[in-house]
Amino acid sequence: MARFLDSDLWWDFKHSPLVMTSAAITALMFLVALFAPQVAPYDPFDMASIDLLDALRPPAWAEGGSVAYLFGTDDQGRDVFSTILYGSRISLLVGFLSVIMAMLIGVLVGLIAGYKGGWLDAVLMRIADIQLSFPAILVALLIDGVVRGILPRGAHEELAVLVLIVAIGLSFWVQFARTVRGSTLVERTKEYVLAAQVTGLPDTLIVFRHILPNVMGPVLVIATIQLALAIIIEATLSFLGVGVPPTSPSLGTLIRIGNDYLFSGEWWITVFPGLALIVLVLAVNFLGDWLRDALNPKLR
Amino acid sequence: MESMASNMQNTVEQNAGASPSTPLLDIRGLTVEFPGRRGNLVAARDVSLALAKGEILGVVGESGAGKSTIANAVIGLLDPPGRMASGEVYLAGRRIDALRLPAMRAIRGRRIGMIFQDPLTSLDPLQTIEAQLLETITAHLGMTESAAQRRAVELLDAVGIPEPSARIKQYPHQFSGGMRQRAVIALSLCAQPEVLLADEPTTALDVSIQSQILDLMRQLVRERALGMLIITHDIGVISEIADRVAVMYCGAVVETGATAQVLARPAHAYTKSLIAAIPRPDRKTARFRLVQQHATVESTARRLDVKTHWLGQRRSFDGDGDGDGDGDSGVDSSNASNAALVELENLCMRFTTVPSVFKSRRRYLDAVDDVSFSIRRGEVFGLVGESGSGKSTIGRLICGIHAPHAGRIRFAGVPLDARGSRRALNRLRRQMQMVFQDPFSSLNGRMRVRDIVAEPIRFHRMAEGAQLRAIVLDLLDYVGLGGAAAPRFPHEFSGGQRQRISIARALATRPRFLVCDEPTSALDVSIQAQILNLLKDLQQELGLTMLFISHDLPVIRQMCDRVGVMKSGRLREVNDTETLFTAPRHEYTRHLLDLMPKLDILSGDGGDGDNPN
Repeated sequence: MARFLDSDLWWDFKHSPLVMTSAAITALMFLVALFAPQVAPYDPFDMASIDLLDALRPPAWAEGGSVAYLFGTDDQGRDVFSTILYGSRISLLVGFLSVIMAMLIGVLVGLIAGYKGGWLDAVLMRIADIQLSFPAILVALLIDGVVRGILPRGAHEELAVLVLIVAIGLSFWVQFARTVRGSTLVERTKEYVLAAQVTGLPDTLIVFRHILPNVMGPVLVIATIQLALAIIIEATLSFLGVGVPPTSPSLGTLIRIGNDYLFSGEWWITVFPGLALIVLVLAVNFLGDWLRDALNPKLR
Repeated sequence: MESMASNMQNTVEQNAGASPSTPLLDIRGLTVEFPGRRGNLVAARDVSLALAKGEILGVVGESGAGKSTIANAVIGLLDPPGRMASGEVYLAGRRIDALRLPAMRAIRGRRIGMIFQDPLTSLDPLQTIEAQLLETITAHLGMTESAAQRRAVELLDAVGIPEPSARIKQYPHQFSGGMRQRAVIALSLCAQPEVLLADEPTTALDVSIQSQILDLMRQLVRERALGMLIITHDIGVISEIADRVAVMYCGAVVETGATAQVLARPAHAYTKSLIAAIPRPDRKTARFRLVQQHATVESTARRLDVKTHWLGQRRSFDGDGDGDGDGDSGVDSSNASNAALVELENLCMRFTTVPSVFKSRRRYLDAVDDVSFSIRRGEVFGLVGESGSGKSTIGRLICGIHAPHAGRIRFAGVPLDARGSRRALNRLRRQMQMVFQDPFSSLNGRMRVRDIVAEPIRFHRMAEGAQLRAIVLDLLDYVGLGGAAAPRFPHEFSGGQRQRISIARALATRPRFLVCDEPTSALDVSIQAQILNLLKDLQQELGLTMLFISHDLPVIRQMCDRVGVMKSGRLREVNDTETLFTAPRHEYTRHLLDLMPKLDILSGDGGDGDNPN
């Protein structure tokens, strides 16, 4: 811990107000999402507490607004503030798990390709190239569509979140694989790896104990930036109607629902979830950018 | 006030045409600071140097002594956040350190030429040599295209590039290392500068090319009456080229004087010990002298009684005591124990340089071509050669990092090949270890020192628990590092200390054969002396057999019993060290020995009487 407090990374962090603000916002949104049932004033999915008479109320400060509904209510009388809290929960869950999945696949593929080289490297990287020639959202749409076709109608509603995680995860591994492969190619020729080979360590041990820790730096940076991207993709898919169902809406679903009311004057239903999404993605992106620069000794 | 007046005087003199007494380049009281998070780092402290026309001034010192900082300060190219805290720089009597950027640009390259260490990175790989020369000439001299072209060819001719009018159309990658450095020199001469700053101009080059480049630079300085400041860590380079020398230590100039005088009769204690630490090419000495100024780590080393310690229990390896043999060491090892531990027979290794699906289209490089020799038990066998001669590849082949293309290697009579069982191979592997060249990449930066040293022991299940921890601490003590190093990370240590960690790791499996691949070529002279002494002691105490790979003939002479000379993948000559150095048989060996920097003028017998410790 003392080592961390003394490190250049921490020093850098403390001297950048933008980064500290971003970190604070990210942390706040995480906590709020995690403890949504405790923090939110209403449970928007509890049918008993929803009153249709409260539908389409404007935000608290606007005319006709009520202090009870800070950001107003949607067409079914659900509190927009509460739906945002519950919605960011789904968004962050999908974002996190899909990036972790992409990271696991990508790091493994990258390590194998970079360390083994030869035809295996060539095959793996050509697969990566092919996938990279499709936009990530298209790949995610494709996977989502295929799964929808396979699964029975009812099952999809329940598994929607899982399907989304797999779809986004499978469309994101290439970035990780390429970066890890590149770093592995460099690390593989370093003398500490040769020393391990001379000792007779088996390849798996060399790869996981020696190379992996040394290529993780850039991976964490990509993971942060990809997290923001994954949240956006999830929102896009949900906005297009192929994501999570409206019964357990994510931020993207909320924006889509509100979109229908945008031109009839009920702007708050879509604007507040949109703002929440922007703030979250921006904060995570700033963190990722900073991490990339801070971990790159050439930019110091 | 007085200095102000003299400044004025100088300016006046410059305007009237510099008087012969004014130095060409005059650095006065230069102090350079690097303000940082942990306070100011003073890289150069009150440095005063003067360079006359037609003179070569050498600046010598170990890494971090502030040599390059001086050159960068002179041309105003200090890396931020570095800044000149005080001092003045005069070029032909005119003060240049306070100039603004446009005025400074007119001096850089135009009046002060620069030659850098790495010829590969100081040329633009995407432009022909011609384009780069023409650009500089037209920018600085405002010549017409055709006049500039003529001048470019003349310059290439002057720096000794054959067929200059044809070669000028080529790209840097079509030039060899030495040719490239010649091109860089031509580039620095384009604008007819008065001063040349050369920062380690020959460090990246082989000995044979180094002496050619030094000859060329000396000749150019004399012909064109330039002033040259040459920065190097290599006393050999200084003794060959410099008229005067300034010795730097920790940012300050500790001694200045005529080269012959400083090297033969050094006045400052640091210079004395620095010169004493240089491996002698002319005779063998028992131990290397240490540089006194450095706090010597060796004094803290706890000597172990190797005979009774775990480290000394290596009997089980030897033929008759091989209790854990499971039949795979079919060849009788006791039979082989009389002479050779490692035998190479017609070893070949080729790297594919152009891969292709079709066999006929593939191109290969024969890194090792039909090499046979053997290393006797307990001897230090040296392999010497220029870069690319295949000497490192041989070390790696023996240790199993590469597989040979043809031929075979025997270790203690047992052939090493991939066909053997993994377990059997591992048991042999554990008996040979390697010490690498680059102390900054040979340790895994994410592991603690104790884990780095313990890993081989753990992997081979030679010890565990409390015993393992004790062994690791003993090993660290044994290599002169001390047990306090155990919980720390490699980046907290200097190059020499890292090399000690590397040696501790190599000793951890109780090997009886150690491959040292240029173990000191990345280190300063003073640290080199410490590490070589350590290796010598280890070799004697543990009865190690060693393959010592180096391009440095003096080091080879001090370390090795027998030497093999490599050139282009082939072994040219193998002989006893003394015979090889005094009566070389092969022409190439004689050639190499001729190129060795002559250090005859070095102070008497390594300063024996001067250093009481």
